[in-house]
Amino acid sequence: MAQSATSLSARLPEALKDAAIAAFISLALFAFIVGIRTVDDPGKLLLQPRPWLLAGAVGAVFVGRLLLNLFFWGGTHTQSAFAPLLAPLGRTFEKASPWLTPALVAFAVTLPFLPFTDRYILDVAIMVMTYIMLGWGLNVVVGLAGLLDLGYVAFYAVGAYSYALVATHFGLSFWVALPLAGLLAALWGIILGFPVLRLRGDYLAIVTLAFGEIIRIVLINWYSLTNGPDGITRIPRPTFFGLELTRRGEPSFHEFFGIPYSPMNRIIFLFYIILVLALITNFITTRLRRLPLGRAWEALREDEIACRSLGINTRNTKLSAFAIGAMFGGFAGSFFATRQGFISPESFTFIESAIILAIVVLGGMGSQIGVVIAAIVMIGGFELFRELEQYRMLMFGLAMVLIMIWRPRGLITSREPSVYLKERKAVSGELVQEGKG
Amino acid sequence: MSAPGAKDSILRVRHLTMRFGGLVAIDNLSFEAGRNDITALIGPNGAGKTTVFNCITGFYKPTEGMIQMTHGDGREYLLERLDDHVIARQARVARTFQNIRLFGGMTVLENLMVAQHNPLVHASRFAIAGLLGLSGFKKAEREAVERSKHWLEKIQLIDRADDPAADLPYGAQRRLEIARAMCMQPLLLCLDEPAAGLNPRESDQLNQLLLDIRKEEGIAILLIEHDMSVVMEISDHIAVLDYGVKISDGTPDFVRSDPHVIAAYLGVEDEEVA
Repeated sequence: MAQSATSLSARLPEALKDAAIAAFISLALFAFIVGIRTVDDPGKLLLQPRPWLLAGAVGAVFVGRLLLNLFFWGGTHTQSAFAPLLAPLGRTFEKASPWLTPALVAFAVTLPFLPFTDRYILDVAIMVMTYIMLGWGLNVVVGLAGLLDLGYVAFYAVGAYSYALVATHFGLSFWVALPLAGLLAALWGIILGFPVLRLRGDYLAIVTLAFGEIIRIVLINWYSLTNGPDGITRIPRPTFFGLELTRRGEPSFHEFFGIPYSPMNRIIFLFYIILVLALITNFITTRLRRLPLGRAWEALREDEIACRSLGINTRNTKLSAFAIGAMFGGFAGSFFATRQGFISPESFTFIESAIILAIVVLGGMGSQIGVVIAAIVMIGGFELFRELEQYRMLMFGLAMVLIMIWRPRGLITSREPSVYLKERKAVSGELVQEGKG
Repeated sequence: MSAPGAKDSILRVRHLTMRFGGLVAIDNLSFEAGRNDITALIGPNGAGKTTVFNCITGFYKPTEGMIQMTHGDGREYLLERLDDHVIARQARVARTFQNIRLFGGMTVLENLMVAQHNPLVHASRFAIAGLLGLSGFKKAEREAVERSKHWLEKIQLIDRADDPAADLPYGAQRRLEIARAMCMQPLLLCLDEPAAGLNPRESDQLNQLLLDIRKEEGIAILLIEHDMSVVMEISDHIAVLDYGVKISDGTPDFVRSDPHVIAAYLGVEDEEVA
């Protein structure tokens, strides 16, 4: 005890100094945010100073930092207090993934019939599944091929508008329009890819970002085709082999099967559609990874020059990654359109691209199960904290900062080899390149 | 200088010039590499050796000159007109790099599989047959794994086939890069300083490997090397570059005693040897 007391007093000056610096920074930050309040007086804006609140905030930072310094960090500024919490978490996921995957699939399949499932939970689940599918699609581009794409939402929009337009104008059903929307999105992926893929790294990111915005602005301004900011309404719902899931469908699902009508039927049906679409996405991606094409994507991420020396046409390989990623985005987009029944350019802003990219990066680039976990945590967690209202965004930002400090490469960092001779050993994340565009 | 006569050459470099702005990296260089020969390109630092390699493999487009590759069946390729990946795929020129360029995050076996990308993509019918799991692709993939195993045994890395390439020691990475290039089944293998950073024992192993490759595969090797002992021991023919100009060309014995070469390496004034 005595020893601890001496060391405590020895640390005190240093801790006081550090706490004072922290308090000063918080003073600078809070002076305008907390210290002054604007009051809306009719005709003018009044500034109301709040010195006591400011003093309280700065004082709290000072005391808190001092206590942390003295009792929690033991005099040294390490992150060790929290860091060990997350590292084993990632490793647990990595170890658990052989049984985690079937467990998650089984959970997803049975979810609509679990006792606690209500309409709200199923709606959230549909949203999470949509983002999982988008994350898997973007994972092909960012995680496997190492091309940073900040405009992925463009393909989501192309898919959504393709379905909405062909369905409302030509009366094509969802199941006919779905492949069409995927193909159109893939085509746009190639159209974007051709001029852009000679750029690398940051430049590629900026141009893809611009492409995402261009698509949105075209959707807003091409009024004769897209109905501009008013959006497209009355997009047909998907049918179950021609059976409509409405109360007065011709023919209707509940009458055909002789069950009472419930609006839940449609939600459950939508959930299964997106589940199947997502599983197809996953199946194709994991399969492609083990094929020469997928291996070339990963080789491209590792070293593009070496790829060229081995006779790999890097332009076509990048284009194929872009096209396939875009195609999955297009599928997800048509699903979104048919689920909402209404789309407008507002649904396809940059923040959507950012969220999808965040899911891929947080989950661990190139990891399929990582995307699932990240999507559940981010989209599901976002819903969970709905009561927090405007603080939700704050929590979200904080969580992302913390994860990036402790797990900069995302939750699941290790890479599974695509082919093996004796045993499949996971490649440690530290050795895997992230790609330079 | 004794130009090698009208013998069977796989590679003919004629009047090759490469300028970067005002800098002339290679000036009117001509040399030939014989089929089934080990040809060495030597010279002091900055002589332009790697630039020659980059021109041959299509990473640079030469300012002037012609690079002609002739296959055993008489097919000819003008390399200065082709893209790098076409040179690798069709003209069948493989290369390694001065600073090793392996796919570090992929396993040793995967590195060799990537090198067999083109035949495999073809067999997988651009991934469609592969997605469906058709037997034609399965067979091609088994063959590719077999070829990889053959080369892994040759470079003594078969036990580490499933380890990431970045985990290998330096010497093993050098060998793996050569094996990766050989998995492309090239007709001309260009090695950029393969002995750099190797200890004498590894260097000996490398010489043996290169001689084996020439004997068993019957291909030509073009080699950049600083280490004269390695070069003298295994090459059939040496071209010496200094400041982008060829100063000597001939057998190892001829080059060893050429006063121009001695001057370039030891820094004697030009007038003294002239």
